[in-house]
Amino acid sequence: MAATDARPAPRPAARLSAREGVARQYDYWLTVYKRTWRGGVANSFATPLFYVLAMGVLLGGFIDADPDRLEGATSYLAFIVPGLVAAHAMTIAVSESTYPVMGAIKWHKTFFAQLATPLAVRDLVNAFLLFVVFRVASACAVFMLVLAPFGVFESWWGPVLAWVVQVLVGTAFATLAFGYSARLRSEEGFGLLFRLGVLPLTLFSGAFFPISNLGPVLEWVARLTPLWHGVSLSRMLCLDTVDWPLAALNAGVLVALCAIGWRWAVTGLDKRLEV
Amino acid sequence: MISARGLRKSFGDFEAVKGIDVEVLRGEAFGFLGPNGAGKSSTMRMIASVSPVTSGELRILGMDPATDGPAIRGRLGVCPQEDTLDNELNVFDNLYIYGRYFGIDRATCRERARELLEFAQITDKAKAKVEDLSGGMKRRLTIARSLINNPDVLLLDEPTTGLDPQARHVLWDQLFRLKQAGVTLVITTHYMDEAEQLCDRLVVMDKGLIAAEGSPRELIDAHSTREVAELRFGVGEHEALAAKVEDLGDRVEVLPDRLLVYSDRGEEVVTAVLERGLQPIATLVRRSTLEDVFLRLTGRSLAD
Ligand SMILES: Nc1ncnc2c1ncn2[C@@H]1O[C@H](COP(=O)(O)OP(=O)(O)OP(=O)(O)O)[C@@H](O)[C@H]1O
Ligand SMILES: [Mg+2]
Repeated sequence: MAATDARPAPRPAARLSAREGVARQYDYWLTVYKRTWRGGVANSFATPLFYVLAMGVLLGGFIDADPDRLEGATSYLAFIVPGLVAAHAMTIAVSESTYPVMGAIKWHKTFFAQLATPLAVRDLVNAFLLFVVFRVASACAVFMLVLAPFGVFESWWGPVLAWVVQVLVGTAFATLAFGYSARLRSEEGFGLLFRLGVLPLTLFSGAFFPISNLGPVLEWVARLTPLWHGVSLSRMLCLDTVDWPLAALNAGVLVALCAIGWRWAVTGLDKRLEV
Repeated sequence: MISARGLRKSFGDFEAVKGIDVEVLRGEAFGFLGPNGAGKSSTMRMIASVSPVTSGELRILGMDPATDGPAIRGRLGVCPQEDTLDNELNVFDNLYIYGRYFGIDRATCRERARELLEFAQITDKAKAKVEDLSGGMKRRLTIARSLINNPDVLLLDEPTTGLDPQARHVLWDQLFRLKQAGVTLVITTHYMDEAEQLCDRLVVMDKGLIAAEGSPRELIDAHSTREVAELRFGVGEHEALAAKVEDLGDRVEVLPDRLLVYSDRGEEVVTAVLERGLQPIATLVRRSTLEDVFLRLTGRSLAD
């Protein structure tokens, strides 16, 4: 039986380092990626392109491109692209961190199997989220590259930083959605999340129109939403209209959300898997 | 290898394990025998270092699961009661990926996975989807997976539930060989024959407590007679007839479908019953088993 000694070397540390914990799951997530990347491509790349075509080009044709009223954009397409990509980052992040999380808890019990090994809850959360972030990052990168020739960016470095911001938006929403899903008993809660969370955020966080159009009260409400910070920062970077104090605030909020979301995800899964 | 003192587990107000003392020695096969809800799985999950101990003391391989969980789990093999195979991976990948979680390098993982497919006799299914396996094959794959890290201790929660008799015997044989190779086995079961076949020592568990402890032989000697005479009468007659045969054995148990008369000489009991003019539909004399021990200790049969 024991022809191969596969026992790992004795390890004094009480738990794996974060890096080791994630590295050990690399092969797992690679197989997941190999299995699902095709569907991801359609979803990640085609959908936003339809949006750009319909909203940016066709609908944009009816809209006066007045830079004063479009936060400095010279066309409606240039105005919506940064916000659209940020909203898209959120959507991918949330969809990848809802049903798949519940699946790994309830339907496939993947987390339970993984937890019977030296991996800890924190390692499971990290690897899962890194995979989602990778998904978001690759989808947003392609999206931005495809749009570059359309003259919607005002500098070369702005869009690169904007991409980083979009990844940050994805990370923040992935962690929050993970924390929510880990606590959820039944999948009905997801419908609620998409209808009352993702959809209104997409529509009213300044991706499609300047939030100043909302009127003073709602404008402030919009400013309090997490997505707005991503849209605002992403747009300022793409259009080279950066207001640095505002940019710092936007970035600070997103980073803080990532940290809070990560805690929320780890504590949620910890409680949920504890039996 | 494993030592528990006053070990307890609560789920909210409900106490599933109510303070048990257990000592498992290196290289032995140790069993938890008990009916549904006895607290076997709850205990196993605490030993597997995935379920926090509510109170009491637990040491596994000399370590405390609360602080050294990952290090302990690295040296355990766990076959949970319900399969947790990844249905979206094929059979080979289920083993390979799992090995990677233990920090085993890729080449060794592959080699080990192939050996274990052989061991579980599912080599021809290597590329099959887990979904397409029969229940018994899934069970064997789960057990194979639990061996990927060459564990020092193998935890088997009802390993043969759902297997046909032949598959059970194959598995018993394999577990026996693992034991010979020095692996410590901890097994839960509600099959007394399994407990008798596999376990050097076992505890009888009921309602979160340990009712008795010892080798199968010791338990039978201590809590039952050498033989049992089983008398089957018409439906509903057993209760009334119990009084008429009570004096023939050390003890009489009334089951819904038969009377059990405990005596070291079963044949003599049957003869005496017939001499008294009683006419059982069927009689059977057999040796005492753990089932009888259980009945004695808990007043209930294992199968209920
Ligand atoms: N996660 C949980 N939450 C609440 N109660 C639980 C939980 N797990 C187990 N229990 C309860 O604890 C008791 C013991 O359960 P356990 O699974 O340990 O029994 P068992 O001996 O393994 O039974 P079986 O033979 O049916 O597998 C049962 O009454 C069960 O309902
Ligand atoms: Mg059980």
